[in-house]
Amino acid sequence: MDYAESTPDIRQAQDHSPAIQSWPPYQSTQLCCEPTAHIRAKNLSIAYHKHSVLQNVDLEINKGCITALVGPSGCGKTSFLMSINRLTDLIPTCRVSGQLHMNEVDILAPTTNLLLLRRQIGMIFQKPTVFPFTIKKNLEIPLREHGIHPKTSLASTIETALQQVGLWDEVKDRLNHPAQALSGGQQQRLCLARALVLAPQILLLDEPCSALDPISSGVVEDLIVSLRGQYSVVIVTHNLAQARRISDHVALFWSVDGVGQLIETGSAQHMFESPQHELTAAYISGARG
Amino acid sequence: MRLLSKTIRETGATLLVWGTATSITIPFLWLIGDLLWHGWPQLSLNFVLALPHNAGREGGIGPILVSTGLIVSVCMVVALPIGLGTALFLSEYTRNNHMYGRLIRGSLDVLAGVPSIVFGLFGNAFFCQTLGLGFSILSGGLTLACMVLPILIRTVEESFRAISQDQRLSAAALGISKRATILLILFPAAIPGLLVGCILGLGRAMAETAALIFTSGYVDRMPESLMDSGRALSIHIYDLAMNVAGGNPNAYTTALVLVGLLLTINLFASWIADKWTTLNQLPT
Repeated sequence: MDYAESTPDIRQAQDHSPAIQSWPPYQSTQLCCEPTAHIRAKNLSIAYHKHSVLQNVDLEINKGCITALVGPSGCGKTSFLMSINRLTDLIPTCRVSGQLHMNEVDILAPTTNLLLLRRQIGMIFQKPTVFPFTIKKNLEIPLREHGIHPKTSLASTIETALQQVGLWDEVKDRLNHPAQALSGGQQQRLCLARALVLAPQILLLDEPCSALDPISSGVVEDLIVSLRGQYSVVIVTHNLAQARRISDHVALFWSVDGVGQLIETGSAQHMFESPQHELTAAYISGARG
Repeated sequence: MRLLSKTIRETGATLLVWGTATSITIPFLWLIGDLLWHGWPQLSLNFVLALPHNAGREGGIGPILVSTGLIVSVCMVVALPIGLGTALFLSEYTRNNHMYGRLIRGSLDVLAGVPSIVFGLFGNAFFCQTLGLGFSILSGGLTLACMVLPILIRTVEESFRAISQDQRLSAAALGISKRATILLILFPAAIPGLLVGCILGLGRAMAETAALIFTSGYVDRMPESLMDSGRALSIHIYDLAMNVAGGNPNAYTTALVLVGLLLTINLFASWIADKWTTLNQLPT
């Protein structure tokens, strides 16, 4: 399969660089992520109502890398993502067992301070979830809640976050306008800015482009790529072409007898060019899933 | 032929639907028209401000308006915090199948169906006698608070539940505490629903007669404190129409004032709710 043909090279125009003919465009340059584990899951299992949805997952997420979780619907990708920032705690019947560490912090320990944990692990959802207030207030709420409200530099903090997601020029004249008046893509970028304003180490993205039109989706995708090296990004995506374009590592989840399992994981190049497991090969080639 | 009978059936159905809608509208217009016809001639600023004379046949409704305002204020001051707290508990702190939550919801549904005269007797036994508050504006307001709580709680609970779960999730994902989520995100988003709940409660409280006869009493003097007995508008109407010969003209005018007040409050609340929603959703 010829990747150069199958993936639209949307970065060609952006980079002002000569057309990249060979796959993968990003790994052709030096990797900026470190080969050290930022998140380590060992024997991680998740169950709802005693019904197991994910079993015995062993996975390491490398620091500064973009790791894509792929696989068909219902194989536990989102549940895995939500267990990393303990949002699974909000689902009353959900039980998470096994080991999950961020650096040396035991994420699943009952004593873990969830508010601090979630400050360090930002999350973006499938649908943009701006608060029904102004653009400015959307960014102020998390800042104030975490006691980060330097009165003098609040405006500049907000400006930096909006610039980081490329939204500043589009909204600088209407910071006091309702955030819900923005387009879907702008709202998703505002959600990202809202997470970045807290200076997290890790970003969890749950299909962040699936509810957006192709152009907005491209903008958000470029943005995610620009975060490589600064944050450890874990992205759930159903778009294999996207996973191929942006990720350093890929993990394939699959539902075996109704229970989600991690089938194979490795570098994006390995997963797309020489997968070891037959399910991976079938999924990558489009024969399964 | 078949086409014709189909046309007749269609026309018949249309007429039937229009007919039922009209049968609802006509009594409403009749009622308002009748009130205006009989009540408007006596309506003046003097009527609104003056003291009633000759058992209400003459004079105005000044003290009665003041008493009504005080009774309704007591009712809302007590009912709002309790209602808001319970609604928050039901929507944010209990799951749908939570035992205690189900018990509270069941109790509220039963309370909402209790006739107001029963609330009146309860208020008389508990507030007037057991707590020793006597026939007073305070007793009346507290009894009304018990009466409007079920409707207030259920409306406010619904307005909290109507807020998308995504908002709660994304607030939690930002490390925002539950308390702050409620205070900073859910509460402002629920304001329109909160207003509707208040208006429904206020409407029920202002129009109430039976529960007040036994609790706030009949006295039509200007109240000097919350411990004074005070006559509400609805009781004044009832008294003039049923017990006072020749009281009908003033009963009509008082009813006109009451309906006018209720309509004004309703319109004002819809305007505020509308304004609030627009403010948060469209460019200003």
